[in-house]
Amino acid sequence: MATTTNTVPSAGPVAGSRSFLSRLRQGDEIARMITFLFAASVVLVTLLLVFELWQGSVLPRHKFGFNFFRTSVWDPIFEQFGALPFIYGTLVTAAVSLLIAVPLGIGAAIFLAELAPARVSDTLEFFIDLLAAVPSVIYGVLGIFIVVPLMRQYVQPALKHSLGFLPLFQGPAYGVGFLTAGIVLAIMVIPYIISVSREVLLSVPRDQREAALSLGATRWESTWKVVVPFARAGIFGSIFLALARALGETMAVTMVIGNTPVISASLFSPGYSIAAVIANEFTEATGDLHTESLIELGLVLFILTFVLNGFARLLIVATSQRGSGRGQA
Amino acid sequence: MSPRLRWRKFVSGFMLTMTGVCALVAVSVLFLILGYLAVHGGASINWNFFTKLPVPVGETGGGLANAILGSAKMLLLATIFGVPIGFFGAIYLAEFSGGTTAFIVRYAADLLNGVPSIVIGIFAYSLVVHPFKQYSTLAGGFALGLMMIPITLRSTEEFLRAVPNPLREAAMALGASKWKTIATVIVPAAYRGILTAVLLAFARVAGETAPLLFTALGNQFWSPGWTHPSASLPVMIFTYALAPYDDWHRQAWAAGLVLLVLILVINIVARAILSRGIAVPRS
Repeated sequence: MATTTNTVPSAGPVAGSRSFLSRLRQGDEIARMITFLFAASVVLVTLLLVFELWQGSVLPRHKFGFNFFRTSVWDPIFEQFGALPFIYGTLVTAAVSLLIAVPLGIGAAIFLAELAPARVSDTLEFFIDLLAAVPSVIYGVLGIFIVVPLMRQYVQPALKHSLGFLPLFQGPAYGVGFLTAGIVLAIMVIPYIISVSREVLLSVPRDQREAALSLGATRWESTWKVVVPFARAGIFGSIFLALARALGETMAVTMVIGNTPVISASLFSPGYSIAAVIANEFTEATGDLHTESLIELGLVLFILTFVLNGFARLLIVATSQRGSGRGQA
Repeated sequence: MSPRLRWRKFVSGFMLTMTGVCALVAVSVLFLILGYLAVHGGASINWNFFTKLPVPVGETGGGLANAILGSAKMLLLATIFGVPIGFFGAIYLAEFSGGTTAFIVRYAADLLNGVPSIVIGIFAYSLVVHPFKQYSTLAGGFALGLMMIPITLRSTEEFLRAVPNPLREAAMALGASKWKTIATVIVPAAYRGILTAVLLAFARVAGETAPLLFTALGNQFWSPGWTHPSASLPVMIFTYALAPYDDWHRQAWAAGLVLLVLILVINIVARAILSRGIAVPRS
């Protein structure tokens, strides 16, 4: 996408010297007001969203307080709501997905930014962009019809056979569960890691590479010991971005995680995630407390992604500025 | 060549090959997805799929015409609601605003963009569904429109800023007022970019499922007007894929194929429009 660092003067000397009335007559002030209303409505909608989430979760916040996050009984009939299994499931699936997606994504980004000729790199990036556009419900369909049977018949028995002494890989192989959800999530977030990391790696100034190579470093050493550390903050940014996506992902996870509120050390065990429980129970919630507990889960999700996205953006902006700043000097 | 150097060269070659393998694996996923959908869904796509209502469980045949129409209605609403806010908001950001206001608006838009889609669904529910006690096409369109705002806003702003300043100066030197400059010079100069932004936003929300679960709900029949629960393609795929009937699975695959092809085609068209460059028409 084309970006320029030129700033547009907001009005210019001509407009500034004209009186308010003449600007009004020419319609500038009206245009300004109208477009301002649209821009302001974006801020308003965002504030309203935060307000609704806060206001909509008053009951459980008062009734359970911090216990909401510490207890693991989720019982709509006796109106006991503890969110620990969902939080656990969300974190575990996100962790599994990052363990798979980070090495693969960064490896692919290094290939696209450092090795591939510009033409090949752009073509592959085009496919990666298309991959990022695939809706999550389609990942879900492939998840239940293709990945789950594969996991049940081949991957989980094999893992149990080779690494079964670890508590992570014990228990019956249902196919659905934390591991499957993590794998599907990994496939979904890899495009984000690749796109952002590639962008950041490309912004590393050329002379960094040349300096390393001229000192006798091999191509890999110059990439891994010079270019990647230079872009480290931005790459971490891409990982946080992917983490935020993984935490908030709903449909694909709902379809393959097994939807059982269980905390288990085994990755084969079916589980539940925050987004999945909202998706499954919201329309059938049995009372205000149930609905509002689900809204509080939404609030938790909102805060998590808000913090992660903010952090990610900070890191990415810092790296690209550092990169392009040195490049110009 | 010393053994150490040979080792370093081997490591270099090996690791670089591995990065290539990573890239290959990542890209091949796209073709795997397309391949599986084509194989499993291709056979079920026929005239009935696009024109018939779903049939009761047990009967075979039928189609998802109501879901296709429902999705189209919601996307129309979303575009009518989301694009103007994004477009005019972007004009304000790029052409009128000072630093602080722009920062706040941009921040809000980025925040909204990062909100998980299921949370957007909760928001639309408490704003549109709950007060009227009615799931509706309208609520679904509202939820999708909300998601279109930040995408349209941020990319449109970027394309407006990419219009070179001399164009602005030339128009104003000829005596055009600022809004006339915007309407007749700047927006036409950036129209390819803006069109791309809108198309990408459209494609992004076309496949969204989570915000529709408790706004438009679902419906096995036609949804008259705008204020009744309505079927949509993504929600239909979700419910059909999880149902225990083979015939529904077939339909889910077919619907997935239709949805994915639609989204990929829009993406490719959008990028094709953009790659011709941000040109001033009739220059």
